[in-house]
Amino acid sequence: MLATIAFYVLAVIAVISAFAVISARNPVHSVLFLILTFFTAAGLFVLLGAEFLAMLLVIVYVGAVAVLFLFVVMMLDVDFVELKQGFLSYMPIGAIVALALLFELGLVASAAISADGAPIAIAPAQPGGVTNAEAIGQVLYTDYLLVFQMAGLVLFVAMIGAIVLTLRHRPGVRKQNIAAQVGRKRSEGVELKDIRPGQGLG
Amino acid sequence: MEISLFHYLIVAAALFTIGVFGIFVNRKNVIIILMSIELVLLSVNINLVAFSAYLQNLEGQIFAMIVLTVAAAEAAVGLAILVTYFRNRGNIAVEDINQMRG
Repeated sequence: MLATIAFYVLAVIAVISAFAVISARNPVHSVLFLILTFFTAAGLFVLLGAEFLAMLLVIVYVGAVAVLFLFVVMMLDVDFVELKQGFLSYMPIGAIVALALLFELGLVASAAISADGAPIAIAPAQPGGVTNAEAIGQVLYTDYLLVFQMAGLVLFVAMIGAIVLTLRHRPGVRKQNIAAQVGRKRSEGVELKDIRPGQGLG
Repeated sequence: MEISLFHYLIVAAALFTIGVFGIFVNRKNVIIILMSIELVLLSVNINLVAFSAYLQNLEGQIFAMIVLTVAAAEAAVGLAILVTYFRNRGNIAVEDINQMRG
């Protein structure tokens, strides 16, 4: 019973905050609502028995992706009111497409109700008495090892790509040249003068 | 009433629809478009995990992790492109973005 209430609360919050993401006037609010959506989705994952994925969602999305969004939104000095124009002019066609899509997806989802009208029960997976993280590890590092490594490669390429895209060399910026500092010789810095007594430097 | 697979599919369908709708109505703001794509990928993840629990099979959760990876990579590269574009042009209006054609 408690799980049912939790599901409805989380589902309603998720849908409302997802709508707030696309309709908020201030993009910072959009990002914050996106974080709320990810949190509630993580709650839904916990209800489904996927605790590891729920924590992963919080760490990866809320901790990394959403903060990245927040960083970019706050760093770029953009007139967001101007960008909001055209919201209403695209609304009708967008609403038509969205309603058609929702209808079709609902049609597909209704196939999940079995023929006698009883909904298919869904239970959190408990494979063999081990925890969710342990069970995922047993599958991920054996059957899906190649996929796991490919995921790492995807992240690597994305990291390199982001660095290449955003790195720039500005001329005229003074930087520390460590090689020049370390490679400095005594002859470049110190000069010995042979000074006669009583005369000083001429 | 017991929560069934149908309920999760409906929630995911609603999130997916909202994501697509967001792409339509926020044609000018790339940041919101990227967030809408994240919403779409999240709805796919909910579907994958729901089917994983329904089939009592962990492979759906593995796939959801892969989707999570791709979503993170996509967000990083997309925002990097956005920052570069903003640096060059001073705004992020998507209409002028076809000027980037060679």
